[in-house]
Amino acid sequence: MTALLEAAGLTKFFGAVRAAEELSVRVDEGEMVGIVGSNGSGKTTFLNLATGYLAPDRGRILLAGRDTAGLSPRLITRLGVARSFQIPQLYLGLTVLENMLLSLAARSGRGGVWAPLYRAPWTDEGRQILERFGLEAYASRSVGELPEGGRKLLDIALAIALRPRLLLMDEPTAGVSTEDKFEVMDTLVGVLRQGRITTIFVEHDMDVVHRYSRRVLVFDQGLVIADGEPVTVLADADVRKAVLGHA
Amino acid sequence: MGPRPRPSPLLPLGALVLFLLAPLVLSGWIVFLLTVAWAKALAVLGVVLLLRGGLLTFGHALYYAAGAYAAGMAVKYLHVREGLALLGLALLAGVGTSALLGLLVARYRGVYFALLNLAFSMVLYGVLLKFYAITGGTDGLGLPAPPLAGLRPVAQSLRLALYDLTLVLAALLIYAAHRFSASPVGYTLRAIRDNEVRVEYMGASVWRTIYVSYVIAGGLASVAGALIGLSVGHITPDLSFWSQSGEFVFVAILGGTGSVLAPVVGSIVFEFVRNYAFELSPYTWQMTLGIVLLVIIFFLPGGLWSLSALARRLPRRGAPPPFRTSPRDGAGAAGARTADQAREPRGGR
Amino acid sequence: MRLLTVIALDGLAYASWLFLVSAGLTFTYGVLRVLNLAHGNLYALGAYLGAFLVLRYAATGSAVILGYGLLLLAALVVGIIAGPLIERVFLRRVYSREEEVQLLLTFSISLILEDVVKLTWGVTPMFAEMPYTYLGRVRLGGVNYAWYPFLLTGIALAMGGLLWLTVTRTRLGKVLISVITDREISSTLGINVPRVYTLAFTLGAVLAAIGGAFTAPMFSLVPGVGADVLVISFAVIAIGGLGSIGGAALGSIVVGLARSAAVYLAPELDLFAIYFIMALVLLFRPQGFFGEIEVRRI
Repeated sequence: MTALLEAAGLTKFFGAVRAAEELSVRVDEGEMVGIVGSNGSGKTTFLNLATGYLAPDRGRILLAGRDTAGLSPRLITRLGVARSFQIPQLYLGLTVLENMLLSLAARSGRGGVWAPLYRAPWTDEGRQILERFGLEAYASRSVGELPEGGRKLLDIALAIALRPRLLLMDEPTAGVSTEDKFEVMDTLVGVLRQGRITTIFVEHDMDVVHRYSRRVLVFDQGLVIADGEPVTVLADADVRKAVLGHA
Repeated sequence: MGPRPRPSPLLPLGALVLFLLAPLVLSGWIVFLLTVAWAKALAVLGVVLLLRGGLLTFGHALYYAAGAYAAGMAVKYLHVREGLALLGLALLAGVGTSALLGLLVARYRGVYFALLNLAFSMVLYGVLLKFYAITGGTDGLGLPAPPLAGLRPVAQSLRLALYDLTLVLAALLIYAAHRFSASPVGYTLRAIRDNEVRVEYMGASVWRTIYVSYVIAGGLASVAGALIGLSVGHITPDLSFWSQSGEFVFVAILGGTGSVLAPVVGSIVFEFVRNYAFELSPYTWQMTLGIVLLVIIFFLPGGLWSLSALARRLPRRGAPPPFRTSPRDGAGAAGARTADQAREPRGGR
Repeated sequence: MRLLTVIALDGLAYASWLFLVSAGLTFTYGVLRVLNLAHGNLYALGAYLGAFLVLRYAATGSAVILGYGLLLLAALVVGIIAGPLIERVFLRRVYSREEEVQLLLTFSISLILEDVVKLTWGVTPMFAEMPYTYLGRVRLGGVNYAWYPFLLTGIALAMGGLLWLTVTRTRLGKVLISVITDREISSTLGINVPRVYTLAFTLGAVLAAIGGAFTAPMFSLVPGVGADVLVISFAVIAIGGLGSIGGAALGSIVVGLARSAAVYLAPELDLFAIYFIMALVLLFRPQGFFGEIEVRRI
């Protein structure tokens, strides 16, 4: 079977800093893969490479067998890859619902300069999605009024609204309080399962990784140093040293 | 649940009727000033649309002049007489020019966008001056009184006919701009101002959005230029000069970017004030503009239009609802959570 | 051969002039990340004050040689008064606002200065050619050429050299580079960033005024010269890359030679030579020769 995402020999240097070297990652349809690693281990760089935001120095990335070399984030998004961000990337001058409607309009591919953005199928679906994330009370408010945790959720909701085949999430629970993070993840995982969305997520929180991924990749200084089930991988002393700084 | 509350169309329509009736009581000179103001408002509208995307152009007079000269040259060389045909040709010229230059300009933002437009407009200015055999140089070109839709109005009624034509055309184009603003592309343009990266990560094209908006803005300015040419009866290279572009920017900021109607308000105020202030002291006119612009930047960032919002400001819609970072899976849970929230002590009081 | 000499000489003179006016614009942008639309007006102020002083001085019948000092004095006075005034009173308040607002602000100042010139010196053309004619002419490769343009080249070289030495060899240069690289970190390192900004803006203003003052003896001054200067300087630094002094130098040479070649070979195209090159460069290298593409961190 062809992998949904296959990165082979990805290498990227920023000056003398190694952000990725000979990275090879394969993710199959239906997987939920966690990525862990200390700061600067190349996790976000990997997402940037996979979505075309950065071009690798060497190596290639195949999406369902298709080489994505030279494709922009926009074209890769249109191939069915969506992404959420460590720092929420939102339209602060628009309302929460408008942010969502733009995602739905982009998914439909029907831009148009005459028919309004506020059209029934989109507003209905948009409100539904917002409701799922507990954001509908904010629908007609400016994103600027949304608290930090809400922005994080909206950021993810905008990516999910694109109905991607592959979703890349950069620290979905960063900024979410400890008591809330499992609830957030439960909702997310529910939505992702329902939509059969293959997911890769970068995560700092080991508990979250343990609980929600069946497979975890460990990044260290641009290399994948371990790949396997969380229970085994995260118990490894070398991994713990690389990720947590202590065994 | 329905779409967002729309502004009532009654007010603008009522205002339009009032403007159409205005010549009954106003002097010919004032009607002429209003014609100029309404026509220029279209060019300003283009500047406003781009500003909503965070794009500031200091060369929009390029399309204004392109429209005027397209009409002027069509009269001189193609012997076109019909006013409506001239307007159509002007629009074609404006759209064509902006579609061509947009290929380069739409890649840029910020200072590059502002100054590239300025540079191109000054090139056109140079061309209009230099190739006097074709363009008439500093003398410009004359635009004789045109027949409109085949009818040839007599001298006194021509001014009125042009006023009505300008008004109706402007109203139609402003409505089109309103539709554009509320459309997916119009909203995407505003989104670009906030976060281009996310727009691309949604799969929408930043370049195409800016390009389309740029061409629309160019088309609006070219119609404005032709209308001015027809009203004044004469066009000169100054239509493309930087100070004309600067004036459009000034009026855009004066009116504000909050509504497609704001350019009309800004433009009318501007034309009337200039008419009197310029007579008073020609050497301090630009200085006055500069000072007013400074005042707007620091004290009234929303322009004149924001005053209207200030006047009818409703009591603030309550405080934002309480929020917890947890998503919810059903309405029942939501209710329970709100109760939770109520029990939680609120810090920072 | 004779034609080539003329093209080269004119090109050199024009390039020197371009460098003088564009170096300040690109330097200010490099440090403050604000394009000063009033740059051309500072040029005009320098030119008018320089011409005014020279004419007044010449009317006393004194030795022309001191006129050069007066030109420099005029430039310094304009830069040192207008620079800090504009930066401290106005620009400082909009650093945290959108780029459009910053542009609008410098545009307002440009409008105001435009009339300051008209109110002070009127609209009749002004011409102080004494420093130009005083230097006389020289025969070069069969061409009878004025000395004065070489003075302009000398000043351009001196200014370029001084800027280069300042940035690479002095403590101030280190501070500048630190502020350009990361404003926040510089601030925590104890660098007085606001003062650096004032200084950088003033330096840019002085450069604009020097360009104006020393060009005054070559052309007759008319109101509105500021806008042309701004547009042409922008074309030069867009070719070289915004914020790059080396880019301004390269852009000046390219544009200077192209313009002078056009003037002699295809006079009807002289105006377009500059913009044609600019469009061509931007088409293939949108950030200019030495410009950098900024990538947003996500």
